[in-house]
Amino acid sequence: MTPSSGGEAETVLRLSGITKRFGPLTANDAISLELKRGEVVALLGENGAGKTTLMNILFGHYVADEGSVEAFGRPLPAGEPRAALSAGIGMVHQHFTLADQMSVIENIALGTQRLFSPRFDKAKARQRIETLSSDFGLAVHPDALISDLSVGERQRVEILKALYRDARILILDEPTAVLTPLETDALFATLKKLVASGLSIIFISHKLHEVMAVSDRIVVLRSGRIAGERRTSDTTRPELAALMVGGDIAAPAVTEHAPGGTMLELEDIHTAGRAGGAPLDGVSLSLRAGEITGLAGVSGNGQAALAALIAGTLRPERGAMRIGGETINRWSAREALRRHIGRIPEDRHAVGMIGDMNVTENVISERYRTRRFSRNGFLDWRSAETFARGIIDDYDVKCPSPDARVRLLSGGNMQKLILGRALDGDPQIILANQPTRGLDVGAVAYVHSKLLEARKRGAAILLISEDLDEVLALSDRLVVISKGRLSPPSKRGELTVQQIGELMAGHGLEDPSHAA
Amino acid sequence: MEAFEILWQTSFWVAAIRIASPLIFATMGELICERAGVLNLGIEGIMTAGAFAGWITVYAGGDLWTGVLVAALTGAAFGLLHGVLTVPLGLSQHVTGIGITLLATSLTYFTYRVALPEVTSPPKIEPFQPWAIPGLSEIPLVGPALFNQTPLTYLAYVVVAVVAWMLYRTPAGIAVRAVGENPAAVEAQGISVTMIRIGAVMAGSALMAIGGAFLTMSAFNSFFFEMINGRGWICIALVVFGSWRPGKALVGAILFAAFDAYQVRLQQVTGGVIPYQIFLMMPYVLSILALIAVARRATYPKALMVPYQKGER
Repeated sequence: MTPSSGGEAETVLRLSGITKRFGPLTANDAISLELKRGEVVALLGENGAGKTTLMNILFGHYVADEGSVEAFGRPLPAGEPRAALSAGIGMVHQHFTLADQMSVIENIALGTQRLFSPRFDKAKARQRIETLSSDFGLAVHPDALISDLSVGERQRVEILKALYRDARILILDEPTAVLTPLETDALFATLKKLVASGLSIIFISHKLHEVMAVSDRIVVLRSGRIAGERRTSDTTRPELAALMVGGDIAAPAVTEHAPGGTMLELEDIHTAGRAGGAPLDGVSLSLRAGEITGLAGVSGNGQAALAALIAGTLRPERGAMRIGGETINRWSAREALRRHIGRIPEDRHAVGMIGDMNVTENVISERYRTRRFSRNGFLDWRSAETFARGIIDDYDVKCPSPDARVRLLSGGNMQKLILGRALDGDPQIILANQPTRGLDVGAVAYVHSKLLEARKRGAAILLISEDLDEVLALSDRLVVISKGRLSPPSKRGELTVQQIGELMAGHGLEDPSHAA
Repeated sequence: MEAFEILWQTSFWVAAIRIASPLIFATMGELICERAGVLNLGIEGIMTAGAFAGWITVYAGGDLWTGVLVAALTGAAFGLLHGVLTVPLGLSQHVTGIGITLLATSLTYFTYRVALPEVTSPPKIEPFQPWAIPGLSEIPLVGPALFNQTPLTYLAYVVVAVVAWMLYRTPAGIAVRAVGENPAAVEAQGISVTMIRIGAVMAGSALMAIGGAFLTMSAFNSFFFEMINGRGWICIALVVFGSWRPGKALVGAILFAAFDAYQVRLQQVTGGVIPYQIFLMMPYVLSILALIAVARRATYPKALMVPYQKGER
């Protein structure tokens, strides 16, 4: 039963010469891949390298232009998710495929019983789910509605869905993108149990440390081709990073320099909550020129409210807000734009961009009223397009033309557009809310370099991120948010990670008069 | 005082249930469609077509139940058309639905004229007769209202139970609800979204058509133009009022019908002091108020009116 490492384990899955084109773009170019029993293969690559496309072909969501798939020695018909399922392939999609208003049982058992039988056998389904849950450490309440579950629980439901159908091969597409570090650890523990029981796993990720932690073998994709294949035990993170991006990536170099005057000042601000997160409860904070202030904290502790406040979409209920020394009375999104605050929103799809509008329309969306883009109530499309082309060139946005719909761009390219829009005209105050979430290594480095560039020319930057490494690497000053309150600011390197962790957990923040 | 006495009249409750019956069929039909994520604004036209199809079958010598079956098949055919246009082709559900209503209505009137070119007054058929259920129908007030009705009304009760059972207790029903919540979830489990959605729209449309046929074959005994008279649109509102749940929608249908029956009687009581149009308006005003009160908190099917294209990102 147990696979011996490097032994003669049977090949459970074989992809040969898979090629898939979307118009002029070749998403997969002659990719061949083998998966052995009880093995974890990581598919590593930047966003847009073709990982997800490859897995969607394997699972039958797309049909490959060339190549074939073989599972357990038998060819798999193309374009049929049902065939993939019955061959024992289960997939956990990056964007969960769950029906929110239905129960866990219903979601898991959907399609597993004869469609036109007069009765859904709930008891049988429940029993099997409970067995699987306890066997593999996938705790979840079978009768709960999906909409009541946390992201981590939803992912467990997705994994249970695959196991329920006796999946022998499990594909996980960017499974950790949505998880907290604790949930990630739990997921890895589950994966170990699954492998021990004889499953084979393909783990798709762009995070090097995760890939190193869970896999036996790593296949690196770059621009739709296999850039290299390594045994995990024989490789290093720098080597993988180089394979991924086709060159070396320098860590962000932060040069010390003294901050300038205060650009934005919050004093004892109280607000309503935002996006299910905590409200701000007496927040005082000042952002100074030429300084990156990093905000660390567990998601939902008031980051959303603070970001909305600075972006102009939330008004303080109490407290004072000063920009450049001037007290702000009537605060709104339009006012924020007029004061030239560069805004990089947390969710680029929902808030940052309008997917069905084109690149030009999106990049002028914050400034279309200005004389630069409109005259006498008519838009000046020529000027708008010049602006869009400028951003596309300066920020190296990969898109067919300024007329392309933004929906078709990859996450990294979308973020570059947002950067171009937010940083246009050198704003003196920049709100960067989760600016690198979901981006690949190359795009992350690019975003970081742009933020550091803005810092160098004297912008005051608030960096909100759930990635503590990112906050620590970039920030001159660190504040921690917990339950809507801020810790006193600390200088770079002043606190240990453990001390920060305690602040994140809310220790030592009881008294709001402590605030920055 | 007389206004309240109406509520104790057996004939009032009998009328309320009779008025509710076609609404129950059509509301269940719309509910199934919407649960699968497809808004079916073809309802008004499909009810018209069903009313005519059932009636003409009987008029041409068919048996009453054959008439019901023909009505259902007619509805299913229009449902297939709506389904094909909105599901695999992904056309706008609003526009297609309105188109189906216009098409079904005009096609019905056209067929009527072609089939009966000479008539001036609509010919009559022998409709379903009330069929008292022994014992139950003798309960005061409730008995005659619920259990001394035509078989089609009893079928309406059964339909509610079957729809509720199907949606919540069978694998197919789970698939229908899931496809209205998140089609990608259904696709990922190896079930065809297209098949489930078209199937649901066809089944729902068949029920709408039976609702129409109730009018010509049970409530009245002939077919005339404009006889659906906005009932389809009311059913759309009833689905929302019922928060997409069969039981609540049933309550809504009976409530609306009771108001309707009540206003007719109230007109007689007030004896012409108040213009009768005010009374006619009442059930609709009340249904708008009820919608405001109830439907704002309703959780609607997430994928309602969102076409699903396989493999699109």
